[in-house]
Amino acid sequence: MIEFLRKQRYLIDFTMSSLLRRKGKNFGLLLVYSLIVFMLASVMLFAHSLRSEAAIILQQSPEIIVQRMVAGRHALIPADYLEKMGRLRGVNKRQGRLWGYFYDPALKANYTIMVPTDRELTKSEAIIGNGIARMRGVEIGDYVTIRSHDGDGISFQVKEVMSHDSELVSSDLFLISEEAFRIVFGIPEGMYTDLVLSVRNPREVRKITEKVTLKLPDTRPILREEVLRTYDSIFAWRQGIVFVLLSGAVLAFVIFAWDKASGLSAEEKREIGILKAVGWETGDVLRMKFWEGAIISFAAFLCGYLGAYAHVFYGSASLFEPVLKGWAVLYPDFQPIPFIDPLQVATLFFFTVFPYTVATIIPIWRASITDPDVVMR
Amino acid sequence: MRIELQEIRKAFNQGRPNEFWAIRGVSLTFEPNKVTCLKGASGSGKTTLLSIIGCLSRPTSGRVLLNGDTLSGLPERFLTGIRRHTFGFIFQKFNLIQGLSVVENVMLPAYPLGLNHAELKARAKGLLEHFKLADKAANPVEWLSGGEAQRVAICRALINGPEVLIADEPTANLDSRLSRELMGLIDGLRQSGKTILITSHDPEVYDSPVVDQVIEMRDGRLAGTGD
Repeated sequence: MIEFLRKQRYLIDFTMSSLLRRKGKNFGLLLVYSLIVFMLASVMLFAHSLRSEAAIILQQSPEIIVQRMVAGRHALIPADYLEKMGRLRGVNKRQGRLWGYFYDPALKANYTIMVPTDRELTKSEAIIGNGIARMRGVEIGDYVTIRSHDGDGISFQVKEVMSHDSELVSSDLFLISEEAFRIVFGIPEGMYTDLVLSVRNPREVRKITEKVTLKLPDTRPILREEVLRTYDSIFAWRQGIVFVLLSGAVLAFVIFAWDKASGLSAEEKREIGILKAVGWETGDVLRMKFWEGAIISFAAFLCGYLGAYAHVFYGSASLFEPVLKGWAVLYPDFQPIPFIDPLQVATLFFFTVFPYTVATIIPIWRASITDPDVVMR
Repeated sequence: MRIELQEIRKAFNQGRPNEFWAIRGVSLTFEPNKVTCLKGASGSGKTTLLSIIGCLSRPTSGRVLLNGDTLSGLPERFLTGIRRHTFGFIFQKFNLIQGLSVVENVMLPAYPLGLNHAELKARAKGLLEHFKLADKAANPVEWLSGGEAQRVAICRALINGPEVLIADEPTANLDSRLSRELMGLIDGLRQSGKTILITSHDPEVYDSPVVDQVIEMRDGRLAGTGD
């Protein structure tokens, strides 16, 4: 065993000095390889982080949303639907919500305007998301004016700017009082955008949904888990798009690695001949080349992964932000929570190290079975 | 170590239009603890014969016996083992690995054996000292003169303590003074009990008093045995 370990150490020593002897070539390879790992790891870490972030935030949202449908489209829902629904066992809270979208031509961005259920605001107060505050350049105490449905400008004083924690989903949020909301959008009393139900026991959600559908046949219930699933698939889809774009880069790298390995220089081939002539077996040469591949792969993987970790968790993934976050103008500026998922690391390791190893092993094997008497000729 | 060759024949590109017979039936015996020189013109087959003796290649037909045991026909793994422990090689162009230090080049043949590093290094340094290269141990081999590179190649050939030393045209890249110096070193090695086989067409070698036996080759045969 000790002999085996010593032998591996000698091979690694030799490999290291071989790598250092061809600094330029190997450094170039390491750089390209690290870059590929960096890009793939960034996308994986960031998309995963976005999904978990969204899931954490949505945990606080209601379990069921009931929307009224007219001619297959979402319409305002009368307040008396709350009564028509009747008492449903398991529902501990139900209320109407008011929310809508507002296009701000100055910023060329959409705001999500909502009436908060847990906050009291006066008619002229507003709580705004970080994205709006940033783009408008306003702070607490400043005024923001928006145009109502009938063309009048209505000013709101910023009472609060929402915290960074929820920025991913609150970047474009604009919270105002119910009274102001009805004025801005011209929505009459007794009408809501939708209704929300809080359910104590998550296992009862499906049953309650069924009951709501029976009692209010012109409505559609939306479950929180469905919203989560939608978010999940949107981020997964975006991640997929980026992966498709990156697959070209990965393929280019595999070709590069193959070319590097199959195009062993005359000097490298001569070296293999010398090693075999002085008593190395084909197996020793292969092991030495295996270590060479392993050292490059592992170093590239480590550099790429650490780079991606820093890029995503300390640099807010600035390179992939526009594609993966998706907001058109009001990009959320949030700091993803650092995490490492072993399965994800293993997947990434497999998809980057394995192609390199496969691309290099065959040409190296072909070179290593050269007859040792080549050096005598 | 007694080496016996029985009817050795070696063909390159056998069965193809460019088939070429480099050795055409050579039978020979090399006695232990002797210096033998294979001389002949370029292309006479001496290097091919030496590579067959040193287990670097296999004969197309015929047998190689080492102390009475047949070598030809053994699988690669065993041949490598025998090559590693029995033969030390000194090549025409030295074949040192550029970029590595002198001591690393000397230790290279012992790497696959997994020996204790301190012992191996001490052995390598001992050899370098013996061949007056101790002060060059850490230098890269590119810095060496021809004579020094030759001596490093000898140290490398001796690192695994082989009984037989095989030198292919060892003076081809040396001037007369260095060639004579080399023969002096070879004499010392013979006195330490080594069997030495040299190929050369340099009179400094085959006329040297150090050489016990000179065998001349011509067109893949021993001179005087062919038609």
